[in-house]
Amino acid sequence: MSERISVAKTYKLYIGGAFPRSESGRSYPVTDTKGAFLANAAQGSRKDARDAVAAARKAFPGWSGATAYNRGQVLYRVAEVLEGRREQFVAEVGAAEGVAVKKAQALVDAAIDRWVWYAGWTDKIATVLGASNPVAGPYFSFSVPEPTGVVAVLAPQQSSLLGLISVVAPVVAAGNTAVVVASQDRPLPAVTLSEVLATSDLPGGVVNVLTGRTAEIAPWLASHADVNALDLTGAPEALRADLEQSAAGTVKRVLRTRPSEDFTREPDLSRIRAFVESKTVWHPIGV
Amino acid sequence: MWEYAPAPESRDIANLKPNYRMFVDGQFVEGGGEPLKTVNPGTEEVLAEVSTASTADVDKAVKAARRAYDRVWGRMPGAERAKYIFRIARLIQERARELAVLESLDNGKPIKESRDVDVPTAAAHFFYHAGWADKLAYAGLGPDPRPLGVAGQVIPWNFPLLMAAWKIAPALACGNTVVLKPAETTPLTALVLAEIIQQADLPPGVVNILPGAGDVGAAVVNHPDVNKVAFTGSTEVGKIIQRQLAGANKKITLELGGKAANIVFDDAPLDQAVEGIVNGIFFNQGHVCCAGSRLLVQESVADELLEKLRVRVSTLRVGDPLDKNTDIGAINSREQLAKIHELTASGEAEGAERWTSACPLPDKGFYFAPTVFSNVSQAMRIAREEIFGPVLSVLTFRTPDEAVAKANNTPYGLSAGIWTEKGSRILWAAQKMRAGVVWANTFNRFDPTAPFGGYQESGFGREGGRTGLEAYLDV
Amino acid sequence: MAATSTAPSLPPALADAVRDDASLRRFLHGLPGVDQVGVEQRAAGLGTRSIKKAAKLWAIDTAISMVDLTTLEGADTPGKVRSLAAKARRPDPERPEVPKVAAVCVYPDMVATAVQELQGTGINVASVATAFPSGRSSLKVKLEDTAFAVDAGATEIDMVIDRGAFLSGRYGQVFDEIVQVKHACGDAHLKVILETGELATYDNVRRASWLALLAGGDFIKTSTGKVTPAATLPVTHVMLQAVRDWRTQTGQLRGVKPAGGIRATKDAIKYLVAVHEVAGPEWLTPDLFRFGASTLLNDLLMQRRTQLEGHYSGPDYVTVD
Repeated sequence: MSERISVAKTYKLYIGGAFPRSESGRSYPVTDTKGAFLANAAQGSRKDARDAVAAARKAFPGWSGATAYNRGQVLYRVAEVLEGRREQFVAEVGAAEGVAVKKAQALVDAAIDRWVWYAGWTDKIATVLGASNPVAGPYFSFSVPEPTGVVAVLAPQQSSLLGLISVVAPVVAAGNTAVVVASQDRPLPAVTLSEVLATSDLPGGVVNVLTGRTAEIAPWLASHADVNALDLTGAPEALRADLEQSAAGTVKRVLRTRPSEDFTREPDLSRIRAFVESKTVWHPIGV
Repeated sequence: MWEYAPAPESRDIANLKPNYRMFVDGQFVEGGGEPLKTVNPGTEEVLAEVSTASTADVDKAVKAARRAYDRVWGRMPGAERAKYIFRIARLIQERARELAVLESLDNGKPIKESRDVDVPTAAAHFFYHAGWADKLAYAGLGPDPRPLGVAGQVIPWNFPLLMAAWKIAPALACGNTVVLKPAETTPLTALVLAEIIQQADLPPGVVNILPGAGDVGAAVVNHPDVNKVAFTGSTEVGKIIQRQLAGANKKITLELGGKAANIVFDDAPLDQAVEGIVNGIFFNQGHVCCAGSRLLVQESVADELLEKLRVRVSTLRVGDPLDKNTDIGAINSREQLAKIHELTASGEAEGAERWTSACPLPDKGFYFAPTVFSNVSQAMRIAREEIFGPVLSVLTFRTPDEAVAKANNTPYGLSAGIWTEKGSRILWAAQKMRAGVVWANTFNRFDPTAPFGGYQESGFGREGGRTGLEAYLDV
Repeated sequence: MAATSTAPSLPPALADAVRDDASLRRFLHGLPGVDQVGVEQRAAGLGTRSIKKAAKLWAIDTAISMVDLTTLEGADTPGKVRSLAAKARRPDPERPEVPKVAAVCVYPDMVATAVQELQGTGINVASVATAFPSGRSSLKVKLEDTAFAVDAGATEIDMVIDRGAFLSGRYGQVFDEIVQVKHACGDAHLKVILETGELATYDNVRRASWLALLAGGDFIKTSTGKVTPAATLPVTHVMLQAVRDWRTQTGQLRGVKPAGGIRATKDAIKYLVAVHEVAGPEWLTPDLFRFGASTLLNDLLMQRRTQLEGHYSGPDYVTVD
C-alpha cells in the first residue's frame, strides 16, 4: 500500500472575514529554517493593505460598541478553537521556527494561554484604567479608556505564533480592530490563526492578516490616514524611523517595542494601555 | 445708561523688571541667543527684554538637568521630592496676585481669568502631583515605576504659567528633571516660576527654563540626552516634532489643536447652554485648544438660542486685560490677530453669515470683537480650521445621529460639549464623541485630577489624573 | 379654569398655554430646564464685577430709589410706620439730594397710616395681602384681604402664591388665584411672591415665574422674608431671565423684586449688575426692579457717605427708624 498523498493547504490573506488571494496575484515561497519549501504564501500589496484597513474600519463600530462581556466571550471562544488546532500549530511553529516538538508545544501552549489571559481582560480594562476624578467643584467627572481605533500591527518576525498572539490579542481585547502584517518569513501560523479567527465568533474585519513583504506593506499602513495607531514590533530595523515619520502625518500612536521583546515573559497591561484613549466626561451635580 | 468705571488692577503688583534672564542649573544667567522683547498685547508697549537660549545653552541646560537627575532628583525618595513640590504650590499661592497681573500683562488675558483660573489651577497642579511623588507604586503602572530621565518640554502662549505647571509638576513628581521652553511671546511668568523654584530651594538643575523661539524648542526636543518630550501647541508643530523624533526612542506626549463641537439639543437648559457656549469660545479670547469653536444646535431651537446668544455676547466687555470687569482681553500677538482676521474673512467669502458684537475696542493693542458666524457648513474653513480666537461657527442638525456625525467629522478630537437635560442622551452622546474630554451641561472645566488630552490629531498622552503619570514614567 | 375670562389678554401662543389645566402644565413643563450649577456659577461670576467711583455712586442712588422700605412685624405700630415713612421721604436728612425710596411696604392694617404719611410724595404704599406670609386661607379671605388694602389706599399689592398648590401640581388653581387677586387690585400694581425658598428647585422658580407672568402679575417677587433662604442671586437670575424672555415674547415689561436677606450695599450692587446684564439696562428703574428690604437702606446711605466723603462712615451717622 502506498502512502497517502496529503491535501496541501493554500495560504491566503484574511481580510474582512474572507480569504482572498492578493489582488496583485503574487505569492512567495515560504521555507522552514533549513530552507525546505513549506508552501506559497500570498504576497500582499498596498491595495490589499488598503482593503484590510477599510475592513477594519468597517468592523470598528460593532466591535468597539459590543459589550466587554461579549468581546470576552468571543475571544475566549477563539482560545477554544485554538486549543482544538493545537497539533496543527505545533507542527507549523516547529517548522517555522525550527524548534523541537517539545519546545513548539510549549510555545503553542503559551500562545493559547496568552490569548485566554487577554480574553479575560476585556471587561476589566475600564475598571483598572478608568477612574472617577475627585475634581474640586460640583461635578461628577470620570475617565474611561476607549479603543484607539484601527491599529496596524507589524507582528514580530521571529515568534510566529506566541509573538503574534501577544501583539494581536491586546489590540482586539481593548476593542480595537487590527490590520496585522504577519512575520514575513514565518507567516504560516498567522494564516492558520486567521482560520481559527474565521471559525470562532469574531466578526469579520476585526482582525485582518496580511502576509508578504513587511517592508513593502508597512509604509502604506504607517501613512494611511484612516489608521489610528501603529505597532512597530516587527518592523525592519532600517525602516523604523521612516515608518514613525509617516505615522506622524496623522499623529498616530506608535508603539515602539523592540523586536527583541521576549514573548515568553509574563505579559502586563502595557500593550493594552498603548492602544486605548482616555476619555474624561464631566457633568454638573445639582437638582 | 450705567457705565462701569474702569477698575484696573495695579500693574505695580507684577513687579515687572526691565530684564529677565534664563534659568539654568539653579541660576539666572544671560543666554547666548538674541534677546527678545516681550510685548503687552493690550497696549503694544514693550514690557521687558528677555534673554534667550543658544544651542550651547540648551546643551548646558540638558547637562545640568542630567546631572541633577543622576546625582540628586532621580534617586531622591519620593517623600522628599513631594515636599519640594508642595513648597512650589504654596509659593505660587503666596505670589498669586503678582503672577496673575504679570500673566495678564504679558499674555493679554483678562485679570479675572488669570486671577480665578490660571494661577489657582497652576498651584493646584503642583499640590496634586506633589502627593503622587511617594505613591507612584499605587498608580497601577507596576510596583516600582521608574522615571524617564530628562524631560524636554515646550509650551504655548495661551496659558503660560498653567501650561508650565501642567508640564513641570508631573515630571518632578515622577522623578524626572526638566528643561522647559516657554513661548516666545509669553516668557515672563515661567521665569517668575523659576524664581519660585529657587525660593523653594530645589536642587540646581532640576528645573531649567530657557526662553526663546521655535529654534530653541527644536533644540530642546532634539537634544540627544533628552529622554522625554512633552509638547503643547499646534498640530502643525506637533507633527514636525513627532517626525523629528522618529526613531529617537524618546517618550513623547503631544497636546495639540482642536475644533470642538458644542452640541445643543432641543431640550437643553438654554440659558446655561448660552453661558457654556460663551465660556466655550470666548474664554481666554478663544485661545484655547479645547475651545468649543463649532456650535451644533438642533434646528428646532436654533433661532431662539442664537438670539439669546447674540444678546449675551453683546454684554461681553472687551478691553484692558487688567480691568477687573474685562471679559475678553487682548489677542496675544499681531500675528495671531492677523490669522483671526484672515480666517474670518474666509468665512465671509465662503458665504457664512457674520455677526460681530458692537462692543467698543481700545485704540491701541490687539483686539478682536466677539464674532458669531451662522449658516456655516462643514466644508467651510471656519468649520474645519482652528481659528484660536473669539470666533464661533454655528451649524445646525436635525437628529442626534447627525449631530454626532458632524461633531466627529474632523481630524481633531480634543474636546466636545453636550447640552441636554436627558440623562441617557448625555451618556449616549458622550460615548459617541471622538474626543478626549467631554463636557456635558458645562464647558472648559479643568482639574489636576481629571485627565486631559486628545484623540487623533489632537495629540496623544494625557495630562492630569493617574493616567497623566504614565507620560513621565518608564512603563 | 374658572377665571380664564378675567385673565389678561395674551398673544395667541401664550393664550393657548392657559386654556386649561393640562395646557398650563404642558407649557410650564416645556420651559427649558435650569441647570443649578450653571446658573449659580453665572451668578457668582457676575458677582465679581468691580463697581467703582461714579458707577458705584450711581448704583447706590439707583438702589435707594428701588427700595421698598419694609416693616412686616406683628409688633408694628402706627408710630413705627410713621417713622418709616419719614425715612422713606428723606432717607438721609443731612443730604436732601438723596433720592426717596420707591415704596413703603406694610401689613394691610397699616396701609391707612402709611398713605397718610406719604401723601403727595410720589412714594408708593405697598401692602402684603392674601394671608401673607403662608397664603393658607380661603380664596375669599385672600380677595377680601386684598380689597381691604386697596380700599385703604395701597397702590401696590404683594400677594403670596399657594405654594402647596404649586408643589402638588395644581397650577390652574395658582393661576386662577393670581388672576382674581389681580382683578381685586384694580389699578394697584400686583407683585406676586413666589416664596422661592419653598420651591426647592430653579426649574420650579422658572415655572412659577411664568405662571405669575401669564396670570398678569406686574412684578414677580422672590420671598416673603419669613422663610430662609429668602432672595438669592441665582434665583433672581432665573426670574430676570423670565421677565426678559417675557418681553421677547410679548413686548411687555414686567418687574422683579428680590426681598429678604439683602442687607449690604455690596450685595445690592451685585443684584443691579445682574439686572443690567441678565435682563438688560431697561430694567434699571424702580418701575421694573425693587429691593424688598429694611436694613439695606442704611447701609446704602453709609456707603454713599463713604463715597462722597472719602472716609468710612459709621452706623451712628445714619438714622435708625
